[in-house]
Amino acid sequence: MNDLSRIPRRTYVFVYLGLIVLLAGTVAAAYLPIGSFHLVITVGIAIAKAVLVILFFMHLRHMRERTIFLVSGGVLLLLILIALTTVDYLTRANSLSIMP
Amino acid sequence: MTGTSPASYGSRTSIQGEDSHHLSLETQSMGMWLFLMSEVMFFGAVFAAYIVYRHAYPRVFEEASNHLDLVLGSLNTAILLTSSLCMALSVNAAARGLSRPLVFFLVATILLGVAFLGVKFIEYSHEFDQHLFPGGDFRYGGANVEQAKLFFSLYFTLTGLHAVHMLIGILLLVVLAGLAGRGSYGPGDYAAVEMIGLYWHFVDVVWIFIFPLLYLVGPR
Repeated sequence: MNDLSRIPRRTYVFVYLGLIVLLAGTVAAAYLPIGSFHLVITVGIAIAKAVLVILFFMHLRHMRERTIFLVSGGVLLLLILIALTTVDYLTRANSLSIMP
Repeated sequence: MTGTSPASYGSRTSIQGEDSHHLSLETQSMGMWLFLMSEVMFFGAVFAAYIVYRHAYPRVFEEASNHLDLVLGSLNTAILLTSSLCMALSVNAAARGLSRPLVFFLVATILLGVAFLGVKFIEYSHEFDQHLFPGGDFRYGGANVEQAKLFFSLYFTLTGLHAVHMLIGILLLVVLAGLAGRGSYGPGDYAAVEMIGLYWHFVDVVWIFIFPLLYLVGPR
């Protein structure tokens, strides 16, 4: 069932507050001396924010399987694109020589 | 979209009324989702290029990233998240048949979108003043000028494509707000509001990834 009128307004406000807390967290992490852990944290927070927006603001959690399959397919294709591109460049003998 | 024949063919079980327009909302939304998945691949190609070059020149990317304005970038992220909240509340108002809040939240979404582009314009003008645009007049203080140029090419490509999407979103919202002001949308027919909302949130999601990848590469 997707009757969007039954979703209370405070759900959106709570999700929004969560997004702002995550934004503050990702900016604060930039000033912490955590070295390469930094990339894991910022990308992890970005994924968490995206999931919140997609599930709640874009109502994916109220949609049926067909829409969820469609979106999962899109994300899967993106992961295949990134994985194959990365594997290609990482396995080249002389990858990306420094330009003059 | 008037709730009867063509839009409700997706439902097999419902007889009439209540359930049929909910199903048609999802059926119509799927068209927008399908378009958005093609947009995922469009932006995904640029993100893939970003990953390859960041992996190749991690130190240069860290250094170049610190030339971007983190305060304005964070402010713009907050503006965009707030605009997404207003967009979500617009859909909620339309679904409940509240026409005045619908127009109010649509106008708020538009104004926040314009504010985002305004801040982006200020950032761009600072970067042009510092000759960071990777054109003929590119100047960069540190070593590895060519690799830094690559970072700024990716910066202007990603944020530029994103800004174009914002502009299209604002134009769509202006039309939507005008129609909403005439009472075109109500509880039985708000698929257009939801679909343009989906587009707007998608553009927000793209920025959610652009922000840390460009502004937060290394420690500050």
